[in-house]
Amino acid sequence: IMATVSVCQYHRGGFSFENCKRNALLEADINKLGFSSPAARKTGTTICGVVYKDGVVLGADTRATEGMVVADKNCSKIHYISPNVYCCGAGTAADTEMTTQIISSNLELHSLSTGRLPRVATANRMLKQMLFRYQGYIGAALVLGGVDSTGPQLYSIYPHGSTDKLPYVTMGSGSLAAMAVFEDRYRPNMEEEEAKRLVRDAIAAGIFNDLGSGSNIDLCVITKGKVDYLRPHDVANKKGVRTGNYRYKHGTTDDTTHHTLTCFFPL
Amino acid sequence: MHFTVVFSGLSGVCDRLRQARVRTPAAGSFSNVVKLKMAAVLQFPASVSTFNNYNDLYPDWTQTEVSTGTSIMAVEFEGGVVIGADSRTTTGAYIANRVTDKLTPIHERIFCCRSGSAADTQAIADAVTYQLGFHSIELDEAPLVQTAASLFRDMCYRYREELMAGIIVAGWDPRRGGQVYTVPVGGMMTRQPVSVGGSGSSYIYGYVDSNYRAGMSKEECLKFTAEALTLAMERDGSSGGVVRLAVISEQGVERQVILGNQLPKFSTV
Repeated sequence: IMATVSVCQYHRGGFSFENCKRNALLEADINKLGFSSPAARKTGTTICGVVYKDGVVLGADTRATEGMVVADKNCSKIHYISPNVYCCGAGTAADTEMTTQIISSNLELHSLSTGRLPRVATANRMLKQMLFRYQGYIGAALVLGGVDSTGPQLYSIYPHGSTDKLPYVTMGSGSLAAMAVFEDRYRPNMEEEEAKRLVRDAIAAGIFNDLGSGSNIDLCVITKGKVDYLRPHDVANKKGVRTGNYRYKHGTTDDTTHHTLTCFFPL
Repeated sequence: MHFTVVFSGLSGVCDRLRQARVRTPAAGSFSNVVKLKMAAVLQFPASVSTFNNYNDLYPDWTQTEVSTGTSIMAVEFEGGVVIGADSRTTTGAYIANRVTDKLTPIHERIFCCRSGSAADTQAIADAVTYQLGFHSIELDEAPLVQTAASLFRDMCYRYREELMAGIIVAGWDPRRGGQVYTVPVGGMMTRQPVSVGGSGSSYIYGYVDSNYRAGMSKEECLKFTAEALTLAMERDGSSGGVVRLAVISEQGVERQVILGNQLPKFSTV
């Protein structure tokens, strides 16, 4: 038998998300009247990561959207967490940017305290605990990858705070296109060139088949002791060259009559 | 560790029990009119967005919560327990992880099977692992399975309005041998010789009730669990992938995986 409501709601500390529900109601009311509230900038996105023989390769597209408009044609979605750990972010751009910066800062302090290079699992724990605390209201879907003393690791982290540790992951609106490429061509213990090609192709699949992803392909290759941040790794969408010119030379339209008016402006 | 957050509406979770729940906001904070409106709105995802025009077929990351649709099961036998789970995690209609490990170690000889919201169950399991580890160090002996189950129950009951978690706790301890405790949605805790859970469990109650016998051996329990989970995975859309099994006994934990093509075969309908 399912009991329903608890009668006594004593103050339990922590966050209250009551206003979020109120805002949702207000938003629905506004929409009914025909207006729309400003859209948050999202990174529509295709992000992915793969574990290969010597480390991990992370990849991302570079389009940031505000509703149906491209806000940034070349934004950077691979964020620094620590010298050996990087994180791709999909979802609300502000959320991914801030979340990764906060965890990067805390991880640096932690690393100084332990005297060791930080572990990917630590970054994962910090991120999942923070996102769970905010119950999904921080719209950050992340692909976290890096190499530490335990080896190369790759995690996918969802906005509600669940994580999966896998050999290959994709996130974002273009994730289905990218996952199709991975499921077809992934093999364990690939060489670096093959892994980079695979990630490049997966992101390309997202760029060309998903409206929310576009522009260039950024890659980040992390191995033990070295990080290659390749931005851009592949310019998949070059801006076209204008073939026509609408500029008119001086003297194209002759000025036959001159009228001069003197105007006085009291100062 | 506190989980003091207000429940955010979930969509795409396949646990049937959820649809029967009635949620109302905190008493006394709103007028009755608003309360009624709130009750209706709470059925929808709380983070309503004007910018989500995407097709329902693929997930919008800020809205759909990741759910371990699931079929999980645990059986006691003389000398230990056998636990099993499928390996599918879904976000709406998309399978986010097809090789999930839903058998989570809480202590050396105590495991839990997770069903419901992936985020909630992972967070609860992490918290209980910490609490039980601390308790075990204080006691300087192996913790009881009942203790682990009680910790799960306390958390699941206290935060029942905010959580969506159905958990089966199973393990071996020196005092009472192999034990299975079930902590379903809502926070009840009870010991059972065999327990099934998750969205796929509805389809196999009949099979389990008719095929379970007390006093089965370890191999018989493994076969029983594998077959039951296969049947559940066959019929439940939110369950699938591989079958993960584990045997917990005094000797320790033996894990195995049964891949898709190796699953027991039943007559194809």
